[in-house]
Amino acid sequence: MSALAQLKVWRGADPRAGHWQAYDVPFEPGQSVLDGLRWIRANRDPSLAIRFSCINANACKECMVELDGKTVYACTARLEPREMSIAPLSNKPLVRDLVTEIAPPAERLLK
Amino acid sequence: MRHEPIHAETDVLIVGSGGAGMYAAIVAARAGATVMLADRSLIGRGGATVMAQMTVAAALGSETPDRWSHHFDDTLAAGRGLCDERLARLLCEQGPECIREMDAWGVGWARKDGRIAQVFAPGHDRARCVYVDFLNTGPAVSKTLRGVITRAKGIRKAGDLLIIDLVCDAGEVTGAVALHLASGAAVTIAAKATILATGGLTRLYRRNSASANMGGDGYALALRAGAPLVDMEFVQFFPIGHLAPRLIGMDPIMWDPFRYKLGGRLLNSEGEEFTARYGVSEEGRYVTTRDVATYAIVKEVEAGRGSPHGGAFLSFEHCSAAELRTAFGPVIDRLAKNKIDLTKMPVEVAPIAHYHMGGVVADERMASGLPGLLVAGEAVGGANGANRLSGNAITEALAFGRRAGLSAAERAKETPARAFRPQAARPALDLATAEPAPTTVNTAAMIERLQTVMATDVGPLRTAAKLAHALEMIDEMTRELGERPMGDGGAFDLRRLEWFDLRNMLLVARAVAMAALARGESRGAHQREDFADMQPPWQVNQIVRLGEHGMILARAPAAVQAAAQ
Repeated sequence: MSALAQLKVWRGADPRAGHWQAYDVPFEPGQSVLDGLRWIRANRDPSLAIRFSCINANACKECMVELDGKTVYACTARLEPREMSIAPLSNKPLVRDLVTEIAPPAERLLK
Repeated sequence: MRHEPIHAETDVLIVGSGGAGMYAAIVAARAGATVMLADRSLIGRGGATVMAQMTVAAALGSETPDRWSHHFDDTLAAGRGLCDERLARLLCEQGPECIREMDAWGVGWARKDGRIAQVFAPGHDRARCVYVDFLNTGPAVSKTLRGVITRAKGIRKAGDLLIIDLVCDAGEVTGAVALHLASGAAVTIAAKATILATGGLTRLYRRNSASANMGGDGYALALRAGAPLVDMEFVQFFPIGHLAPRLIGMDPIMWDPFRYKLGGRLLNSEGEEFTARYGVSEEGRYVTTRDVATYAIVKEVEAGRGSPHGGAFLSFEHCSAAELRTAFGPVIDRLAKNKIDLTKMPVEVAPIAHYHMGGVVADERMASGLPGLLVAGEAVGGANGANRLSGNAITEALAFGRRAGLSAAERAKETPARAFRPQAARPALDLATAEPAPTTVNTAAMIERLQTVMATDVGPLRTAAKLAHALEMIDEMTRELGERPMGDGGAFDLRRLEWFDLRNMLLVARAVAMAALARGESRGAHQREDFADMQPPWQVNQIVRLGEHGMILARAPAAVQAAAQ
């Protein structure tokens, strides 16, 4: 009983020069947005940059993105059978695609 | 290729910032060393420590009189004759002091009448495990150590830094070469001592209970530098990992604390408690060790008595809503959000890769055989033998981290100058800055392929045929991966990151499968369907090294590997 989510994902390395890329993502009810992004990487495009460690436990707090303009953890937001737009955090410096610089300055190699 | 390499110098380089790495950093800095604490992800968030749900074993004697030697006896019994007794002793003897130090740092161990509370866990002879409510042990331990590190002097924190190789020069580890993920820059690090605190290898398996960072990095780094590994065939499967219904926002090992506090009944599709068939009668108590419970569940599924998704049922339906609320507070609400009401339904559970008993050979000072290279935490092999006791993982992270930090600081003091020579870093640096490989594979898909092979062929129940098949698949993937990294090497290039991950994962997967194929018996977490029982001649450890022409496997009498090097 698989459903389909249309994920519209922001891509790029320059905040002023990115683009949206659309992916149809099959999912089982209950699956997370992070599951969907990982599916895209393994099945469509491994160049999509995302940041996560713990996958499912909501322990590492690394997978924050903006879902339809609202900040969420990708691992606890659920996929839905509709268009969902996923963008990097707008209040953090962009690194690439959905990855932003979220570490405190004291924890970075390059301050 | 985009940037000039960055160079950094430190007395002590620590690779990995879980519990072991952070404890080592604190102790080394206090002993006067400068420390660089590197993590491939964020500092203190991505390892296995932060995922710990509940138990930390230590002979505190807070509930009932206890001493370290009782904990030691239980650890050796669980290890089925293969523990390195020096390391097991260090874990058990130093554990209580680490627990008290963490308490003084404000971790917030659960208390009863002012005393630190201790619960019973399978394989222990008495109530010995401390915890932080509710299911908050790992986050609390990580947060506490992060706080101490922030206040400490002399620790440079470097997140998003992937160590790709140790620099080994004239038989000595003199530093490392890394890839700074956030910028794509290559980095060389000169260090008088390097501590591998990289955790285990659960990412090799499709269903696992740790973070995506645990792909066996430290084992691969050690092997390529020339340090031996031990007990690589012993992967611990946590028997009751969450299977269904789909549950998000919680770690799949979360049922462990439920069983500690409330017992619970492990049932097959016929509604029977079945562990008695495999030698342990539970009757609602949580007493079966992990190796036996894993075996029992897999066998019930094979016999056609599994749950719909291929596991067992775990039921707390005999508990009242009030009991559940008292024991787990807000966790009950998180379950409700996932449409799980434990008073009305069982959940499905199945074995899940959880911990690695094997690891880098180390002595009781946490020194590997290579001068300049130390190890801490789960990356160390031998303390837990063929099967780890519940509650020993965080304890070893703390105790081994503390010892490694001290040893590293001592070495830094004795070492007048850094011996790092850029020429010795050249091969790894060339790899880090390589032009992209001409052919590409989908690295994310290849990781999933490897995880499936490991789950199917190198899982809890093994046969010679399955293991041989796994080795063929590993050969095939190694060829496909090639000698040169993929991706453009820019900022946060996951293809390049995953290429380096696969380089490690395939090497470590080979070590596990090769050691498992050679061990013609069943012992602890290593269960062979073609060799049913424990064989006395196999009371030996297997040592894996990387030779000029590939991987070499040797046997060593239990517990004396480090001395024999």
